[in-house]
Amino acid sequence: MSPSRRSSPPRRSSPPRRLSRSLAGTAGVLALAAAWEAYKALVPDDGWVLGEVRVLPRTTDVAMPHLWDMAARAAEPLTSAPDSPPLWLATLQGAGFTLGVSAVGWVVGVTFGLLVAVLMARFVPARAGLLPWVVLSQTVPLIAIAPLVKRWGAQLEIGTFDWQDWMSVAVIASYLAFFPVSVGALRGFTSPDAAADGVRLDLFRAYGVGWWTTFWRLRAPSSVPYLLPALRLAAANAVVGTVVAEVSTGLRGGLGRMIVEFGASASADPAKQWSPIAGAVLVGLAATGLVALVALGLRRYQSGDVA
Amino acid sequence: MTAVVVSGAGRVFDGGSGAGTVALTDVDLTVGEGELVSLIGPSGCGKSTLLRLIADLDAPTSGSVAVFGKTAERARKDQDYGIAFQQAGLLPWRSVRANVELPMQLRGAGGLSGRAERAARSAELLALVGLTDFADHRPHQLSGGMQQRVAIARALARSPRLLLMDEPFGALDEMTRERLQDELLRIRAATGAAVVFVTHSIAEAVYLSDRVVVMSPRPGRVVATLDVPLGGPADRVARGIGLREDPAYFERVSAVREVLHSGDAASDRVSS
Ligand SMILES: Nc1ncnc2c1ncn2[C@@H]1O[C@H](COP(=O)(O)OP(=O)(O)OP(=O)(O)O)[C@@H](O)[C@H]1O
Ligand SMILES: [Mg+2]
Repeated sequence: MSPSRRSSPPRRSSPPRRLSRSLAGTAGVLALAAAWEAYKALVPDDGWVLGEVRVLPRTTDVAMPHLWDMAARAAEPLTSAPDSPPLWLATLQGAGFTLGVSAVGWVVGVTFGLLVAVLMARFVPARAGLLPWVVLSQTVPLIAIAPLVKRWGAQLEIGTFDWQDWMSVAVIASYLAFFPVSVGALRGFTSPDAAADGVRLDLFRAYGVGWWTTFWRLRAPSSVPYLLPALRLAAANAVVGTVVAEVSTGLRGGLGRMIVEFGASASADPAKQWSPIAGAVLVGLAATGLVALVALGLRRYQSGDVA
Repeated sequence: MTAVVVSGAGRVFDGGSGAGTVALTDVDLTVGEGELVSLIGPSGCGKSTLLRLIADLDAPTSGSVAVFGKTAERARKDQDYGIAFQQAGLLPWRSVRANVELPMQLRGAGGLSGRAERAARSAELLALVGLTDFADHRPHQLSGGMQQRVAIARALARSPRLLLMDEPFGALDEMTRERLQDELLRIRAATGAAVVFVTHSIAEAVYLSDRVVVMSPRPGRVVATLDVPLGGPADRVARGIGLREDPAYFERVSAVREVLHSGDAASDRVSS
């Protein structure tokens, strides 16, 4: 270790590195676009058929519209109605709606996941009892439970509180988001038990402090490196969960419904459905960005381990 | 008042099936106020176990442990001792200063609850271990020896009259080690704290201690206690390198070595 590194605080994500990362991201998108068009140009319209089996998909304008056709379609009005907004605007509104529902699902799921993890970390019997259920919960097929949740929600009556359909979708999103968080946070909270024979836990015990003080001062900060990947995964799950639940509950306003509706008219207007699909990518990017902000706030706790 | 009294202490670890591991059997140990006692012996002879009993990080299966006339548990809860291990165990998300302040923060009741008081105390401690310029650094920016000095400063945070140290210099190179030994002697001279010091190094034990307790494994027990009349800590620091080359020092080193080796012979006899 050089003296200069010791006496000056380390720079984490220096501007050149961040720049090269966004350059790499842009290059990736361009490469994908080029691959799409190249495939469309090189492979015949009917794809490649070997005997009875089609091994490469069709490249007709219905199956794979040109990128510029998609862009052009996005600039046109949503429907033929006279006051119809342009497709891109409708897509953005749908994306905003989906992102909002995903965010609610993410927050609820993360909160619930953290609570379950704390419970499992605090009470070892709870860990043995809860963990199998946490894992089992994820084997329930999402498409199957979405209409159920909607029906249960509709029957809810708590005073003047009125259950909205979007809340059912958020519940399903949170159901998917909670799993990685509970598992990741549990690993993080219990990481001091394993680290170097538990010196830090011995220290806290020597200070004569209780479990909760040890939790806030040691276990919670130690969990951050395990928690951040879990939060990222939870964000991705929440977005996918929201879109799929929008489809299977038929909720209006979001991208899920748009994809289904536009897909139904794909043969007449093939470029249209690609707008909400691009919108879903945008929502995913926005969700990732929001989690990156959370990570930025927690960067003090991410630094490398010391003995 | 004596700092530590261990009488007839034993510790048996359940191996799950049948007879457990006898880590310690019938250990008597007294550490006077301000005295530095080293525990030395081959790996597995129960040095760490004994230290953990004194710290109440583990409980004896027989016998008793008293710290400043209280039970070990009471003493731990009153934060009567400071402790340091072979691993520094710093919290990587805290600055060096905040690491040293951790014990004061956790137990505000001791009179160091104020931010200003804590800052003054941590500045004092960092000066003591020569890390004033590194107060705002994070642990990963420090070398192993510096991290260990932070850990020692942290152990001293609440001015304990007893320091428990388990091979605190074990992972350091020889030169850093000798520097920190001198530092420990200076700290001891300055604070007058009693120290129980676990080590594998005969030279280190003799250089630092008023008494060296030699232990032997299977079962872990005390085989001999040797006095080291080489003067108080302040004297030793003043003599510095001269002490390490003093014939009286060498004589004590050989004496400890002899007991350690005859301890091996004794345990061989027992097991054959
Ligand atoms: N938690 C434990 N469970 C079971 N056995 C243990 C436990 N801790 C220590 N022992 C056993 O007790 C004996 C003494 O261990 P201890 O760690 O006190 O030795 P030590 O003298 O500190 O050794 P070293 O010099 O290698 O640190 C060993 O045989 C060890 O296997
Ligand atoms: Mg040991």
